[in-house]
Formats: sequence, C-alpha cells, structure tokens
Amino acid sequence: MSIFVDENTKVIVQGLTGGQGRFHGVRNRDYGTKVVAGVTPGKGGTDVDGIPVYDTVKEAVAATGATASFVSVPPKFASDAIIEAAEGGVTFIVCITEGIPAHDEAVTYNRLVEDFPGVRLLGPNCPGIISPGKCNIGITSGDIALPGGPVGIVSRSGTLTYQALHELSQQGIGQTTCVGIGGDPVPGTNFIDCLAAFQDDPETKAVMMIGEIGGSEEERAAEWIKLHMTKPVVAYIAGVTAPPGRKMGHAGAIISGSKGTAQAKMDALADAGVYVCANPTEAGLRMVDIVKAL
Amino acid sequence: MDLFEYQGKQYFARYGIAVSPGGVADTVDEAIAVAERVGYPVVVKAQVKVGGRGKAGGVKLAQNLDEVRLHAGNILGLDIKGHVVHRVWVEHASDIDKEYYASFTLDRPNKTHLGMLSAQGGVEIEIVAEENPDAIAMISIDPVRGLDLETARRWVAEAQLDDAAREQAAELLVKLYDCYTQGDCDLAEINPLILTPEGTVHALDAKVTLDENASYRHPEWEEFRATEFEDPREKMAKERGLNYIGLDGTVGIIANGAGLAMSTLDVVNQVGGTAANFLDIGGGANADVMAAALEVINADPKVKSIFVNIFGGITRVDEVAKGVLEALKRVTITSPIVLRLDGTNAVEGRAILAEHLNDHLITEPTMIDAARRAVALAK
Repeated sequence: MSIFVDENTKVIVQGLTGGQGRFHGVRNRDYGTKVVAGVTPGKGGTDVDGIPVYDTVKEAVAATGATASFVSVPPKFASDAIIEAAEGGVTFIVCITEGIPAHDEAVTYNRLVEDFPGVRLLGPNCPGIISPGKCNIGITSGDIALPGGPVGIVSRSGTLTYQALHELSQQGIGQTTCVGIGGDPVPGTNFIDCLAAFQDDPETKAVMMIGEIGGSEEERAAEWIKLHMTKPVVAYIAGVTAPPGRKMGHAGAIISGSKGTAQAKMDALADAGVYVCANPTEAGLRMVDIVKAL
Repeated sequence: MDLFEYQGKQYFARYGIAVSPGGVADTVDEAIAVAERVGYPVVVKAQVKVGGRGKAGGVKLAQNLDEVRLHAGNILGLDIKGHVVHRVWVEHASDIDKEYYASFTLDRPNKTHLGMLSAQGGVEIEIVAEENPDAIAMISIDPVRGLDLETARRWVAEAQLDDAAREQAAELLVKLYDCYTQGDCDLAEINPLILTPEGTVHALDAKVTLDENASYRHPEWEEFRATEFEDPREKMAKERGLNYIGLDGTVGIIANGAGLAMSTLDVVNQVGGTAANFLDIGGGANADVMAAALEVINADPKVKSIFVNIFGGITRVDEVAKGVLEALKRVTITSPIVLRLDGTNAVEGRAILAEHLNDHLITEPTMIDAARRAVALAK
C-alpha cells in the first residue's frame, strides 16, 4: 500500500501549459500516474501532449473525476491556485512552487483548515510525493525510486529526498511512498501527518525521516514517535554546521537564537528511540540493516 | 533580509508608528549636523545587525556638539562582534517613564501569528521569558482574521501596561501588525516601546526582518538592498543570482538544493574539514549558473579546494559538467575541484568530464569519498 495516493489517483496539473508544469506533468504521466487534465485560465479546449486543458479546476474535476491536483504556478498565483483547487473539489493538493511569501502561506493554510477541513495540502516548496510504480506527483525523477516497499520516506528537503531514495534503491531496498513535505515555514503537511499514515500502512515496515534546522517540527515528531510509533525510524538532520541567524536556502531553515538547532532535533529524536545518523549514507546503511532484520 | 535599526524605523514610519526624530550619519560631521537639527540631548547609535551594541559601547548619550563629536568619532569604525560600524543613527533623546516590549512573528507550530507584549521591556525578551514568563502576554492571531483594535485593547490590559499608555499602545500594536503583515515581515519587534513622562508612546528601537519571498510586491525594499551585504563574497554571489552564505573554512562548497548543500557542509565537517561557504545553485541550474558559482568561490582567497556535490533532479548533471568546463575556460580556477555527480543524466555528465580529468579536476563516486578528497586537498 501507499499513503495519500495510489495507482487510481486521478491528477490534474494547474499550470500544465507552463514550462515547468508541462515538463513535470508529462513526466508524471509517462511514469504511469493518471494525469487526466491540465488547468490554465484562458487555455481551455487545448491540450498538452494529449492531456486536455480546462479553464478552471471545477470544469476539470467535473469532466474527469480527479481528486488530486499538482500546482505548478509562479509564487504570485500559487495561493489562489491552491484555494481554487480546494473550491473545485480536489482533496489532495501538491504545491511545488518555491518562493511564496510566508504571510500568504499562513493565510492559505488557515483558510484550508477553516473552510476545507477535508483537504490535504502537501508543500508548498516541496518535491512532491511518489509511490513507486503507482503514482508520482511532483518533480522527483521516477527512476531513482524502487517499487515494493517496505520503507516509507518523509523529508523536508528536496535534493536530500532524492539522496535518500538513491541510498535505499542502490541497496535494493524499495519504498512504499516517499513524501517531500517541503522546507517552507508553513507546510500544509508535516512530519506527524506522514508518520501517522506510515504507522497505519501495513506495507510500510520502517520509516526514514530527513529533517533540517529551523522550527520545531522534528521535536514534535519525536514526541509523537515516542507515544505512537511502533515501526523503526531512521533519521538524518541536515545543518549541524549551519550558523545561527542565517536562512540556509529554505525560508524555514534558520536557527533562531538557540532554537531549531540540528543537535536539539537529533537529541529529541534519539530520546524517542529513533536511529539518528550523521549523514544520508549512514542513514541508508542503517536502514539496510533494519530491513534485513525484519 | 535583516534591516538596520534606522531602516526599521523608516519602515515603521510608513505604517504610522511613532519613532523619535533622527537621521543617519556616515561621518562625524554628518552626525553633528543631524544632532543640531533634531535638538540636544541626542543618542548616537551604532548601526550594526547584531545584538549587544550598548554593552560594546555602540550607544551613547550626547548633551552637546562636543560630545556628539567624541561619541560619533569613537563609534564609527568600532568593531562590534565582527561587525564594523560604518553608519550611526542620531536621534533626539527621549525621556523615559516606562519601557515595554512588543513583537509579531510567525508561530510555526501553530501556523498562526504570535504577538508578544510585556510591561518589562528594554531588556532581552529571552531573559524575561526565562526568568518571569508571566510578564509576557502572548496572543495567537488567526492570519485570516487579523488583529482588531478591540482585541489589542484587551491585550494591553492583560499585559498590564500603564493606564496612560494603553489606548496609544493598542493603536500602535494594530499598526505594527499591519506593518508585519502588509509589510511582509518575518519579525517586527520594538524593544523598548516607551511611555514618556509627557504621556506619549513611541518606538525607541526597531528590529525588522523582511521575507525575501515577498520582494516582488515591495519595490520600496530596493533601498535596503544597497546595504544588505557586509560580506563582499555575498554581494558578488547575489549579483550573480546565487544563494550563498560566506563562512570561514577552506573547502568551497557548491551543491544543488538547500538540504544537500547543508548536508555537504556537515559531511565536510565530519571528515575533518571546514566549509568556506554555503552555496545552493538551486534546481534546474545550467552551465552559466555553474560557471558563476565557481567564479564566486574562486574569488575567496581562503578556499583551498572546491567540492561540487550534485544530485540531479530538475538539475541535469550534463549541464553541470558543461558549466564546469565553461568556467575553466573563462577563469583560472586556482583550487582543485572535486566532483560528485549523481541523478538525472549523471552518466552523460561524467562522460563529458572524462577526458578533462587531472589532478585539478577530480571525480569521486560518493558524497563521503568526495568530501574526504576535498578535505585532504585543502590541508
């Protein structure tokens, strides 16, 4: 099994006619994902490589029965696109857009919670989600993932998500689902959401978690793991050597005062029984041992 | 982007928040001119983006022209925790009856805004939070609904601000919230917010951090950019559109993706080296970006080796390889380059480099191997 998406998930791509949207939308479709429509205002009636384009999400959903949307539009328009997806009846929204102002994200997140409680947002500024062999929504290259499980991956960083997939696939360890939650300050989906879903997924036997400096989501995840998680978790936290007060690329990756350091996160996770590793390679090797011992 | 105090005060003023009359000065003569204009006594304040100015001698009261000359002369050029003072802010000194604290920032765990207000201002809020947490009145603000005056009135009462200050403070807090949200601040902080003996409330300091992601809708931020970087390497990188942070080590780092770049710093550290910088070339980087990245790193005299760590996703490794060769054509790269290339089009990328490899251009199969090699070459 997989979490959040599966082989039957029908996906629309908001921004399919743009450069990024076209490249990744078509690539997701070619991977086997049911990419059933694109949405670009004013481009309704056209198509992108055989994928029909509609003016609005509402029309696209009515015509195709899609339940998921891949939002690939510039930062200025991303918040409206997310709300349009929710209003249009989509229940799972993946937004890869990087560079959305934090205040917009905060408003969008709370509007979703208040007005569309059944909708899950993944991202923004995330690589997306891949359930190998079944569904790939986002910008992850499908060929670095290996179908069949038994490992679930959840990561705050894009490239480190690829690194994690690579480390496992190289060792012949497959993945049930790999979720990139993104490095922005107001992520729609957090570590705990994913850990809980992996805990409930019978095919996921172990979880790899990739965190980074900034915020306290890893510490909160550690508390949750301590109380609820029975499956082994391997974690790697990036940014041990990051200087305080500087945003390390991601808007959310900043050590404020003594808060958000990698060490505090690693200590919290270790205290919760998580196998904390010093680098992605070590995390991959540790996971190999765990999977072999299952 | 962190603002200097004077920029923060200018930003506050745009939203109608009262600040002391003052002006900036880069020389002693300019400081005197501002002092004569705003009237004595004045406070001469070092403009640096680091805390602890007062203790370091960066904030001085001056009663007359001679004292302004003395203090401005001492403060300009002063080194405060590695930050050299190039500019001072001179403002009319306020009589202070009470000092408060006020700030807005994002409450990340709750995904709401967090307002903090305290009747015990003028000291570091972290210390108040530790020693007397009840002295800070916190409110959680729904970003959809915002902060209205009624709520602000209840808030100032809860924080036990003096009666004389409450109505003005409530109005100021609503303005500060507007500045924080409409002005796209990550942080808007006033410490101290003062009540004068005459019964007026205004901001005596300003700490503002702006959200760079919102710069497209704030053309007025342009003036802040000119003073954004104190590190010449960071300025050069910014001009080339690169996401760069200067550090003190000897291994230059280039990676794609912020997480991988951070991880690269960590791994270099784990194998006994030190990173000279953080540099994320981002997704979809092409040959030009790669060449620009190498140029920036090459300009850092401390760099002894360069570690290029690429995991191609959107970024195509063959483009990265072309960029490396392009950079080698454009400039003489003085340090050896160690590359680790994986992901999209890695095979093609390695093939492009194959015939150019020598003791100054080296590939390694894994991130750890490449880190070890780069660190060894830097010693």
